[in-house]
Amino acid sequence: MSLPAYSVNRPPAKFSLLARLLHWSMAVGIVAMLFIGVGMVASVSERHQWLVQVHKPLGVALLALACIRLGRRLAKGVPALPAGMPAWQRQAALASHVLLYALMFAMPLIGWAMVSAGGYPVTVASWQLPPIAPADAALFAWLRGAHRYLAYLLFATVLLHLAAALFHGWIRRDGVLESMTRGR
Amino acid sequence: MQQRPERDARPLDAWRTCLRLGAIGAIVLGCGAAFAYVGGWLDPQRLTPDRIVDALETNSGVHAGFRRNHAKGVCVVGHFESSGAAHALSTAAVFAPGNTPVVGRLALPGGNPYAPDSSVPIRSFALQFTASDGEQWRTGMNSMPVFALATPQAFYEQQLAARPDPKTGKPDPRRMQTFFAAHPETAAFRAWAKTARPSASYATESYYGLNAFYFVDAQGKRQPVRWHLAPLDAVAAPAAQPRHDANYLQADLQQRLAQGPLRWRLLVTLGAAGDPTGDATRQWPADRPTIDAGTVVIARSMPQDDGPCRDVNYDPTILPRGIAISDDPLLPARSAAYAASYERRTREGAPQGGMPSSQSTQPERAQ
Repeated sequence: MSLPAYSVNRPPAKFSLLARLLHWSMAVGIVAMLFIGVGMVASVSERHQWLVQVHKPLGVALLALACIRLGRRLAKGVPALPAGMPAWQRQAALASHVLLYALMFAMPLIGWAMVSAGGYPVTVASWQLPPIAPADAALFAWLRGAHRYLAYLLFATVLLHLAAALFHGWIRRDGVLESMTRGR
Repeated sequence: MQQRPERDARPLDAWRTCLRLGAIGAIVLGCGAAFAYVGGWLDPQRLTPDRIVDALETNSGVHAGFRRNHAKGVCVVGHFESSGAAHALSTAAVFAPGNTPVVGRLALPGGNPYAPDSSVPIRSFALQFTASDGEQWRTGMNSMPVFALATPQAFYEQQLAARPDPKTGKPDPRRMQTFFAAHPETAAFRAWAKTARPSASYATESYYGLNAFYFVDAQGKRQPVRWHLAPLDAVAAPAAQPRHDANYLQADLQQRLAQGPLRWRLLVTLGAAGDPTGDATRQWPADRPTIDAGTVVIARSMPQDDGPCRDVNYDPTILPRGIAISDDPLLPARSAAYAASYERRTREGAPQGGMPSSQSTQPERAQ
């Protein structure tokens, strides 16, 4: 049983350079995004303005990267997990990766829809994006809550992912961490 | 299926396992703590948008669905007739010659949606211009030419000082005096407030943007500006009298609109080098040149409970290309606090039990 059961091909023996580049650039981007988001809504200083100015284009960039990443994963698959892993850990790995991928798409799309539903112009850097939801205050309120609480969920999932990666690297020492750090 | 070979199979002793698990736990906890710190949860002294809105709610009560400040108001719609005169200074489409639709809101400062119109001498006018290219310019203006305070921290402290005394239901005058004594930057505002009387009409007031902004021209040159609306041909109204009812402003507005549109000139004052852009308590010298950018024409009004302004957050940092915020620290604070207020009130749903006598001025509303 391999973690991503999506690939029709035999799973690759290791993560390609592209896969690792996508993983680490998005890791930096997502963690930065979570801190920017939680920081900007807790700030009234000029920091609030420039954090918002970074938050929106970074979100669009992460959405684009998520598309490339999912496409790559569906086409090429990912290395199999080690044979000796207990079933519950395999299931946890599968569930947390499904959740991570779902949130990688949901967060930017909900953010975009939320700005649309609030009746705001969707201004990203100096581009004007089309609204993807009707201007509707109740919908805005719902999406605003979803954006906040799913961000907390994403942060918790990232921490779990980090803890699991370190568990593989430092306790199990089974090569899973190295498959993403060194591509072996 | 090829399985990755198990590596480094030498067993860890119990002590090393615990140490490594502890290290993983410490890393995860450290990340969580950093997140909580950035989010303000571990920093109770930090001024956050929610603390500002909490202070407003403490002073005025929570009125579900209403704005947390400038809670009492009325929606207006119309258009802006640009003269084209400001277009050389700003590339914003709204300043090209021609008309731009506007959705506005006339209101009273304060968080009480049932406050009598004579309770404050200030009225406010918020406008949203939507250009044909979809860009928006939102601005919130007030009827005094200078703001009382320069920083969000001072605004917050003023809210704390103005907290109603449970015995009288009103702010403690001594606490307000102590606050003003500690904030000499309020002098210009207080001098204005001393002679200001609650007007009997929204139509006769001038409305000032208060904060400085930049106009940016096609070459990228940034011109410091402040803007205000000056009423055109508005028939003077007597100052508010006790015989007026609590909601006379809306009745006056409806009466005037029934006779025809209301107009204001949009006047843009050009700051010179050295004029303060980061301090809303300081006016620019009176001899600064002013551009007549065009006329705001208000044709109709409707109640805020279901009018088109209800769901608009008049965040003054929502600007088209060609207008940019200045270094005024109130601007990011307004943006952040308005967003917090907007989040709360949209979560609560539309305001309930709205204004008394909140009739629309026009049959066109049905259209």
